[in-house]
Amino acid sequence: MTPAAALLVDVQGLVKHFPGPRAFLGLGRPQAVVRAVDGVSFAIASGQTLGLVGESGCGKSTVGRAILRLIEPDAGRVTLDGQDVLALGPRELRALRRRMQIVFQDPYGSLNPRMTVRQTLAEPLAIHRIATRAQAERRILALLEEVGLDPGFAHSYAHELSGGQRQRVGIARALSVEPQFLVLDEPVSALDVSVQAQVLNLLADLQQRRRLTYLFIAHDLAVVKHVADHVAVMYLGKIVEQAPAATLYAAPRHPYTTSLLSAVPVPDPRAQRQRIVLAGDVPSPAHPPPGCPFHPRCPHPKKDARCRSEPPALREVLPGQLAACHFALEPL
Amino acid sequence: MTEALLRVRDLKTYFVTEHGSGTARAVDGVSFDVYPGETLGVVGESGCGKTVTSLSVLRLIPEPPGHIRPGSLIEFEGRNLLTLEPRDLRAIRGNQIAMIFQEPMSSLNPVFTVGDQIAEAAIVHQRLSRRAARARAIEMLQLVGIPDPEQRVDHYPHQMSGGMRQRVMIAMALVCHPKLLIADEPTTALDVTIQAQILELLARLQAELGMAVMLITHDLGLVAGRADRVVVMYAGQVVEQATTTELFAHPLHPYTEGLLASVPRLDAPPARSRGRLHSIPGQVPAASAWPAGCRFHPRCAYAWDRCREEEPPLLDAGAGDPGAHTVRCWLLTEPRRRTPRP
Repeated sequence: MTPAAALLVDVQGLVKHFPGPRAFLGLGRPQAVVRAVDGVSFAIASGQTLGLVGESGCGKSTVGRAILRLIEPDAGRVTLDGQDVLALGPRELRALRRRMQIVFQDPYGSLNPRMTVRQTLAEPLAIHRIATRAQAERRILALLEEVGLDPGFAHSYAHELSGGQRQRVGIARALSVEPQFLVLDEPVSALDVSVQAQVLNLLADLQQRRRLTYLFIAHDLAVVKHVADHVAVMYLGKIVEQAPAATLYAAPRHPYTTSLLSAVPVPDPRAQRQRIVLAGDVPSPAHPPPGCPFHPRCPHPKKDARCRSEPPALREVLPGQLAACHFALEPL
Repeated sequence: MTEALLRVRDLKTYFVTEHGSGTARAVDGVSFDVYPGETLGVVGESGCGKTVTSLSVLRLIPEPPGHIRPGSLIEFEGRNLLTLEPRDLRAIRGNQIAMIFQEPMSSLNPVFTVGDQIAEAAIVHQRLSRRAARARAIEMLQLVGIPDPEQRVDHYPHQMSGGMRQRVMIAMALVCHPKLLIADEPTTALDVTIQAQILELLARLQAELGMAVMLITHDLGLVAGRADRVVVMYAGQVVEQATTTELFAHPLHPYTEGLLASVPRLDAPPARSRGRLHSIPGQVPAASAWPAGCRFHPRCAYAWDRCREEEPPLLDAGAGDPGAHTVRCWLLTEPRRRTPRP
């Protein structure tokens, strides 16, 4: 295990519940609470990447935002380099944001259409009083170069850029304040395959050069396999399995992880794989099933009454590998 | 070989660009065949013309700004769809050729029940009574694996999940037992476990109903598992065409080669999976300004003078029957130039 001193990000028991929508045109009683994030814990060592994967609605993006306090979590503890993020007042929080930044999924929606690339990159420098005007110009050009954009793009508006170029601007904006920790929320899922590879390579280079720590949120397990040191799999607001990437991909212990992996199409027509096709949809996080939240879809042959009544705890089933399943060690 | 069900020859679909100043040659001389019962995969990145191709087959291109150029041919069971009277075209569209779209959210009408929407085609094309059409809709919902079809038939789209809505879309498309189903990114908006369900469903229905499927997607993994043959598109043209096994084993066009190498793979050995991905430099050019010569040459590692000046035709790769594997690349005439670059 990594020594505790090397941990940069530590998240314990993170909870975020959203109030349900009100019936009757917003006048009625609020409906059931949506348990978007329901007790999530993990740690990321400095310079490493944790891949946080799951299907839509599992709460993975809410985790990323709650850590940065873009959404205020309801409970839990988040520390960045030993500093308690959730206890900070607005001023200290703003100062801490220099050290933690986010890159969003949608390169179309996350850039201000009325700002040039130069203005987009100058804003964080001004807010955090990092550079004088003259210094800022130099830094902006250096940032553009670092993310692989021609300096000529400084005067472009977002609509003049392609998806890949916009995502590079989003990355440059996050890097402008020289953070240690980046939340990457589906950073390549809106991009075409050939451009996706360019951006993934860029993120890998930047991580190495700047010793960055990443929380890489994605639904694509193949992409996560490529970038992550550790992987956590979420289902209905909870982490159901967590392990070093090599272990998780080679020998998953939670039936949900196994099913997810088997559902990913592999670009090889000769690949003979056993597919597990899960029945049904992901249940609503406002009404999670009792017991193990995965039990209605679970293909495990040992599934029994206990799964329907007793929620399995996330426990270490093998050294370094956590799984929330009563039958984690039984063959699937 | 059997007669093709659908023959597309030299299809050119152009659009007048926004300011009326130029022409976007979205589809620019595309030819392919679909045989009865087979699955043809059409692969490419955004802007390559794959969706415009499928919309052209059904003549769903809005005119203006679009138009299909004279000289194009789209032949379904020997009849040229481009010269059919609207009435005859309607008899084919939604009946013998059906389509499912990427967005199950926006392709269903929110103010009609799913039952009404499924029944519509049966009433129009097969002249079923309302009652018979409703029974047919329930039957279709059952076929696509929706639980409680008798209740679900009266539900509205917003009462269903994304996966359910895509099943409804499939039920709508298949209600008249089409001979050809065009599936345009049918699972892109869905989660991976739901995608697996929908693909399984499509494969089962295809086997049961014996229809041909044109599977349009950006996902090479999807094509590898499902298609018999593959057409790779780039910049409005077919750049490579082969059987699925042949294409994945011997990709010959540098674009196909690059695409295959740039996909992060779940089956990559652990040692290789953490390295740098191969990436194709640059980006897909705009349809109003395709590069001269070979349209891929600005991004190609092998390009030489000829590629910059002269547009390559589809050349036969010489493996198997003539036309079994065709590639739009000058490398086929000078294979020695295919040297790995540093």
